[in-house]
Amino acid sequence: MSEILLQIDGKKVTAKEGMTILEAARSVGVSIPTLCDHEKLAPYGACRVCTVEADARGTTNLVAACLQPVENDLVVRTRSEKVDKIRKVLLEQMLAHAPDSEELQELAQVYGADKDRFEAESSFCILCGLCVRYCAEVKKKHAVGFFDRGAKREIDFIPEVAIRECWDCKECFPLCPTSALQAAYVLTEALMSPPASSTKGCNSCG
Amino acid sequence: MDIGTVDQIIDKHHGEASSLIQVLLEIQRQNKWLPKTVLTRVSEKLDVPMSQIQHITTFYKTFSLVPKGRHEVHVCMGTACHVRGAERILDTVEEVTGVKSGETDPDLNFSVETVNCLGCCALGPVIVVDGEYHGNVEPAETVEVLKNCDCSCE
Repeated sequence: MSEILLQIDGKKVTAKEGMTILEAARSVGVSIPTLCDHEKLAPYGACRVCTVEADARGTTNLVAACLQPVENDLVVRTRSEKVDKIRKVLLEQMLAHAPDSEELQELAQVYGADKDRFEAESSFCILCGLCVRYCAEVKKKHAVGFFDRGAKREIDFIPEVAIRECWDCKECFPLCPTSALQAAYVLTEALMSPPASSTKGCNSCG
Repeated sequence: MDIGTVDQIIDKHHGEASSLIQVLLEIQRQNKWLPKTVLTRVSEKLDVPMSQIQHITTFYKTFSLVPKGRHEVHVCMGTACHVRGAERILDTVEEVTGVKSGETDPDLNFSVETVNCLGCCALGPVIVVDGEYHGNVEPAETVEVLKNCDCSCE
């Protein structure tokens, strides 16, 4: 595999073809914040917190470091006024959904994000997709998925699958950067139990 | 919708997972909605996880996961129709059919839905009944259109 030479925050980096900017940065100890990244999962680019500035072929682009492949003579800046501002606004928007998330609060301190800037929306989920992807890619159970779209998009468990698989697994719980996932599961569980008793009632009455 | 018909549609698309949306579209067209049992069958036959099917069916507005009435009424609430009195037309439709926007009556006669633009603003206010466009409608004409389609199905 051919080697690629690029620059990240002024450091010269040698990377392999097909690596992402995020991987190349980590290999030389430059840290880029991430929320939806996980070593066992394919890059997804949902949170955009890893956005960096990249100069290539005479133009500067804002790219998601977790998705963007490295290329020769690329000059990457992981911290700049522009990048910091983007991360700040993203964090503020996510904090409107999940104000109590420790992971978000830590990043908010670094980037000076104000958790009360946007009106609170009590979804508690930032749609990072870690649980959905972990269940599908690693466990191959597909017990949790995305529903609806746009502002109404949310994660939810497929009750039929959840009742079989989730009780003994729950491996997705610690992945969640907020507490939304656990709440969704508890809700699903609560919704799953009554039908069992109420179906009996229905069967007896015809 | 019986499972045999579902299987036929799936076979027509050679049971390929990549044809999922086409299969769902055809079922939606024939049956007007996608019952859980049908989705489970599609999931088994195409080997696509249920979460993926739920993701797609809740994403596209074409798909309905609840039963639809025999007659589908769409009332345009776009800007052009709005300024020309779409609100009154919607009120009339809701009154005549007895169905609120986004709902279907228990006898499955009508489903009423509002849309944001039908792309023929010059005809506003516009309603679409069973795929047929009616432009420049007045409340009185709306009543007539709905009465006519109600009779023709009996």
